[in-house]
Amino acid sequence: MWEYSEKVKEHFFSPRNAGMVEGANAVGEVGSISCGDALRLTLKVDPESETILDAGFETFGCGSAIASSSALTEIVKGMTVDQALEVSNQDIADFLEGLPPEKMHCSVMGREALQAAVANYRGEQWSDDHEEGALICKCFAIDAVMIEETVRANNLKTVEDVTNYTKAGGGCTSCHEGIEEILAVVLAEQGETFESAPVAAGMTNLQRIRRIETVIESIRPQLQADHGDVELVDVDGNTIYVNMTGACSGCQMASMTLSGIQQRLMEDLGEFIKVVPAGQMAQIAKAGA
Amino acid sequence: MSGIYMDNNATTKVDPAVVEVMLPFFTEQFGNPSSMHSFGDKVGRAMKQARQQVQTLLGAEHDSEIIFTSCGTESDSTAILSALRAQPDRKEIITTVVEHPAVLTLCDYLEKDGYTVHRLAVDSKGRLDLDAYRQLLCDKVAVVSVMWANNESGTIFPVEQMAEMAHAAGVMFHTDAVQVVGKVPIDLKRTRIDMLSLSGHKLHAPKGIGVLYLRRGTRFRPLLRGGHQERGRRAGTENAASIVALGKAAELALRHMDYENTFVKAMRDRLEAGILAAVPNAFVTGDVVNRLPNTASIAFEYIEGEAILLLLNKVGIAASSGSACTSGSLEPSHVMRAMGIPYTAAHGTVRFSLSRYNTMEEVERVIAEVPPIIAQLRKLSPYWGEDGPVADPEKAFAPTYA
Ligand SMILES: Cc1ncc(COP(=O)(O)O)c(C=O)c1O
Repeated sequence: MWEYSEKVKEHFFSPRNAGMVEGANAVGEVGSISCGDALRLTLKVDPESETILDAGFETFGCGSAIASSSALTEIVKGMTVDQALEVSNQDIADFLEGLPPEKMHCSVMGREALQAAVANYRGEQWSDDHEEGALICKCFAIDAVMIEETVRANNLKTVEDVTNYTKAGGGCTSCHEGIEEILAVVLAEQGETFESAPVAAGMTNLQRIRRIETVIESIRPQLQADHGDVELVDVDGNTIYVNMTGACSGCQMASMTLSGIQQRLMEDLGEFIKVVPAGQMAQIAKAGA
Repeated sequence: MSGIYMDNNATTKVDPAVVEVMLPFFTEQFGNPSSMHSFGDKVGRAMKQARQQVQTLLGAEHDSEIIFTSCGTESDSTAILSALRAQPDRKEIITTVVEHPAVLTLCDYLEKDGYTVHRLAVDSKGRLDLDAYRQLLCDKVAVVSVMWANNESGTIFPVEQMAEMAHAAGVMFHTDAVQVVGKVPIDLKRTRIDMLSLSGHKLHAPKGIGVLYLRRGTRFRPLLRGGHQERGRRAGTENAASIVALGKAAELALRHMDYENTFVKAMRDRLEAGILAAVPNAFVTGDVVNRLPNTASIAFEYIEGEAILLLLNKVGIAASSGSACTSGSLEPSHVMRAMGIPYTAAHGTVRFSLSRYNTMEEVERVIAEVPPIIAQLRKLSPYWGEDGPVADPEKAFAPTYA
């Protein structure tokens, strides 16, 4: 079963503004091909002030589609048309205290219905600018079409590239097989073959150290944001010595941060790595002697 | 008010008598059946009895034809992969479009590996075209894998006849019988079925135990190699407690077979008739005259299944749906789509699957609860008017699809 927030349940069990609005002068009818859900949003806009006086919905869809529709109508009532156009799908999801990643498209459908309704009010033609595909990365709710398009546009070649550009695959990593499949298809279109990322094992010492540096560099901005920092001190086989500075040194989180860095290095280099504070270098050297 | 469980095709309650027989195998009977001492010996004996109980339920000729596995999915994978490895020159598989993902996803994967997969289509009632099937049978086919009964619609396929046809063409035949075992009488020794999968948790045994029936003489290549367990056909120390449990569950299933096909069936029929009489624009999916006695799959037009389930759950009724939104996939049920059911109905299919634990009182309560829930959701639906679907629904509401 989905883990719906209390707010989603509340808006599903007692939806607000169900039904068509009397005297509506803006109608948006959209559907999400990915799940077959569809929504008709009706608005009553005051032509003078362009304020949305009333909003109503009719939805063919699942629990979160109904809740998203209900939330949408609550959000836009009282807004001007221009303000309403600023409402994003994330706003709808936030209003509902979050949606499961598989259900984010319900909030997207809400935003699209709104755009369609406003276009209808203004006598314009609304056309959808995005296409949705199968959900690949559940951690960051990234779908296949999004990955495909990003791979094409940026000439991406590896799963790591995809993660860097779209975030997909950067969480639990269980979707890497799916990402590899997309890469294989897109690269094949371009007459290339997909090869899984070269493993670090084939690198020279220098290349390996540079790679380690790159990973550490990529982590630093996050630490700096928390007023900390990390620097690479030495590499000895599988042991990597670092200095934690600023807010990171000695803080409760230091060991968690270290293991986080270790995890990232292991994922990137594809080998076992131990990250140790440089302060322990002498001790270890002594013990070894 | 206690909950009403009508989702027995998803999983079943473990019978208390089954729990009772398995418990000692967590405590005093903890031995390894392979060990050379009395601790192991008793466990070995209990497993032997369980194997015979399963053999009896299936009507298998020999008890050595029963291989215990970890689940229905493992049995399916073992069967199909074994057929391919044992006959490397045969690169084709015949299956159907409505199989469980345990078979379909594996076949999709094998297709990428260069195998040819023929997926037999079904008609609007979920039935296969046996002539189309006959034409595919040839010596390039390694295995036919066809489910005995469909988990969503309950439709039963003529697998005994299909196994005969495969046999005549010299092709191995596997059936995913996860949904029929325990619900419909089976006598494997009178059939040409070479391999059959079953899963304990669908017949009141625990989850995580399954069986692959392997007809004596069928060429076989194990999925898991290692120790000599299951005569070397499925390595890994046996899940003794669950095996004993499955044996007991098989015995009980046989004892309740008549009950299932009379009382459970009568409850299902009453449920279906009661709901259809009270709810307009609803229909039963699948092959109504040829299906499991416990399954009612009802499509409610113009509303969506997950929403129905959430409201049912609120009043303590557990059922399931072929709607896209309950599965995490994006498409409505592949089974409903394969039968050509329009999406305004396919999304609104609800499956009620009963067991011997249900009662007629429960059935009556569900019949009373369902109509207002359907009406409540239809009120929100753009396809629904005052008291019926809007005229020409598909035209009256034609959203822009993204
Ligand atoms: C027809 C069918 N095959 C296979 C399975 C998978 O069985 P298991 O859950 O034991 O792996 C199921 C149950 O979900 C099923 O209904």
